Amino acid sequence: MTATQVKVKIISNRKIKNNCWRLELDSGAIARSASPGQFLEIKVCDEGLPLLRRPISIHGVNGSRVQLIYEVVGSGTRVLSGRRKGEFLDIIGPLGKGFEYGRKPVGKSVLVAGGMGVAPLLFLARRLKPAKPLVLIGAGSKEQLLCLQEFKAFGCRMAIATDDGSAGFKGKVTEMLDRLLREMPDAGRPGNIYACGPQPMLKAVAKICRGHNISSQLSLERHMACGFGACLGCVVSTKSGYKRVCKEGPVFKGEELVW
Amino acid sequence: MVKKPKPDLRVEIGSCILENPVMVASGTFGYAEEFKGFMDLRKLGAIVTKTITVKPRSGNLPPRTCETPSGMLNSVGLENPGIGSFIKEKIPFLEDLSIPIIVSIASEDKPDEFLVLAELLDRIKAVSAIELNISCPNIKKDRLISQDASETFNLVKAVRGITGKCLITKLSPNVTSVPEIALAAQEAGSEAVALVNTFIGMSIDIHKRASRINSLVGGLSGPAIRPLAVRMVWEVYNKIKVPIIGMGGIMDIESAIEFVLAGATAVSTGTANFIDPAISLGIVSGLRKHMEDNNIADLREIRGKLKICAD
Ligand SMILES: Cc1cc2nc3c(=O)[nH]c(=O)nc-3n(C[C@H](O)[C@H](O)[C@H](O)COP(=O)(O)OP(=O)(O)OC[C@H]3O[C@@H](n4cnc5c(N)ncnc54)[C@H](O)[C@@H]3O)c2cc1C
Ligand SMILES: Cc1cc2nc3c(=O)[nH]c(=O)nc-3n(C[C@H](O)[C@H](O)[C@H](O)COP(=O)(O)O)c2cc1C
Repeated sequence: MTATQVKVKIISNRKIKNNCWRLELDSGAIARSASPGQFLEIKVCDEGLPLLRRPISIHGVNGSRVQLIYEVVGSGTRVLSGRRKGEFLDIIGPLGKGFEYGRKPVGKSVLVAGGMGVAPLLFLARRLKPAKPLVLIGAGSKEQLLCLQEFKAFGCRMAIATDDGSAGFKGKVTEMLDRLLREMPDAGRPGNIYACGPQPMLKAVAKICRGHNISSQLSLERHMACGFGACLGCVVSTKSGYKRVCKEGPVFKGEELVW
Repeated sequence: MVKKPKPDLRVEIGSCILENPVMVASGTFGYAEEFKGFMDLRKLGAIVTKTITVKPRSGNLPPRTCETPSGMLNSVGLENPGIGSFIKEKIPFLEDLSIPIIVSIASEDKPDEFLVLAELLDRIKAVSAIELNISCPNIKKDRLISQDASETFNLVKAVRGITGKCLITKLSPNVTSVPEIALAAQEAGSEAVALVNTFIGMSIDIHKRASRINSLVGGLSGPAIRPLAVRMVWEVYNKIKVPIIGMGGIMDIESAIEFVLAGATAVSTGTANFIDPAISLGIVSGLRKHMEDNNIADLREIRGKLKICAD
């Protein structure tokens, strides 16, 4: 489906923990056509500031419901967190090119999430459910870990890393990924690695995957003015020149990016 | 009561006839195909393309945009596929729309590039007008052509000599006197002027102690610049005879009419297209309704008809 601009009803908008919120919207059209890795451009308020829309990944769909999770980091997400159930939200979506995955993925899939990076990966895990992907989740500390129950409910195997060691492996999720790949027998090596998280994490994932000769798909974040390919603001450097994160991405093959 | 006839929204920009006065500003509407899912493009008054150069340009280093109070800064740096690819890949789609297509062009190194571009575009039937972007703040130059009246005159004159297409000159607000430059463009044969391009601005992230965009400075657009742009349109309107295409922070019907009252013959939406992709068509219908409600048959009746506020 091509992206459309629609006003959708807010079913719920609740704090899940710390600064993180879960927003549920009523849109059958978007729920039916969205694929993992795609995002919405949200006008957080009908009038007044902020001016530009805010890009948020699609976290899940359920019937006609579209779920998002977001962290309050600035004025736009703060205004969004004040929006109430029953109000209408002006959105454009679904936007961008999401993750590529076959109906029957070749080899195992590994999902690597850092912080809010769980957002699009939970949706992917749902679609990969029959293949029981391995999910590596990293966060600063135990309190900051998100969506563990949800991934488990999809039958994913999980491994956790925290910077302070308050849960799971002590260190970066990317160190854990590297170790895991080293220890794996050749036959058990994953066919695909999907990742979303902060830029340094994605850079490390791309490097590790290159070292192990495994293809990676990374979901990037860049400041964007429009979100649908018009402003040329969100470009990222690739082997074939600048590409728009909003249109040719947000998911790119790690091998194609120039860091 | 005698009802006036249905409002006539048509306007003339030189030799170009627009079905309505609402256009979309260069660089904020891509090559129109990006917007086809959001609206019926044929209902626009005219489309101005992203600025095209002779050679493909990859543009400036990212990050290229940031939001500022009621506006945004950009330093896209004229990323475009170059005139060859533009003609081959973008013109066919635009041609099919059967509405006035205005191609914005710029030089990278030498002003002569404008002549090369104009000559190529002159042969293309689908192109109704050429907009000379002599005001892009995002290419590394000591000075823009539009910051000098005699350079503006010479350039417009030279292009005028090689094309019969309608010529529009896009002016920079980053000058002491916009009317002076507008006058030079008119004298040299420009059939209309478009104003304003973006204001040079800067924004700093105090935590990183770094500029928010890679190029340090960029072009400011959006509602933040509207009062400045309205003032400039008004000043230019009082100095020149050729039509003005007014823009700068137009977000809705009210702000579009504000520009008409300041003297604009047509208006362009820019930054607003990023937020509300079909806003230009909303303005067309809002304008029609405003004319009906106020018994305006032709926008000429209110263009530049500005009263001074008094108690
Ligand atoms: C494709 C995509 C998907 C995203 N998905 C999610 C998600 O699911 N959950 C979530 O919490 N966040 C997500 N983000 C990040 C989110 O867009 C920003 O956190 C948000 O825009 C911040 O807005 P603000 O006004 O609160 O913050 P401010 O810092 O005040 O924002 C100022 C400006 O910078 C932009 N900006 C700030 N941080 C980012 C960023 N990381 N990425 C892009 N633009 C940014 C804003 O859009 C705004 O224009 C996503 C970003 C992209 C590009
Ligand atoms: C992202 C962006 C890209 C732009 N690119 C161009 C361009 O290529 N050529 C041009 O003449 N103006 C360009 N402009 C300027 C606009 O055409 C317009 O003059 C300006 O944004 C003021 O209008 P606004 O406040 O409604 O956006 C650009 C503006 C923006 C925001």
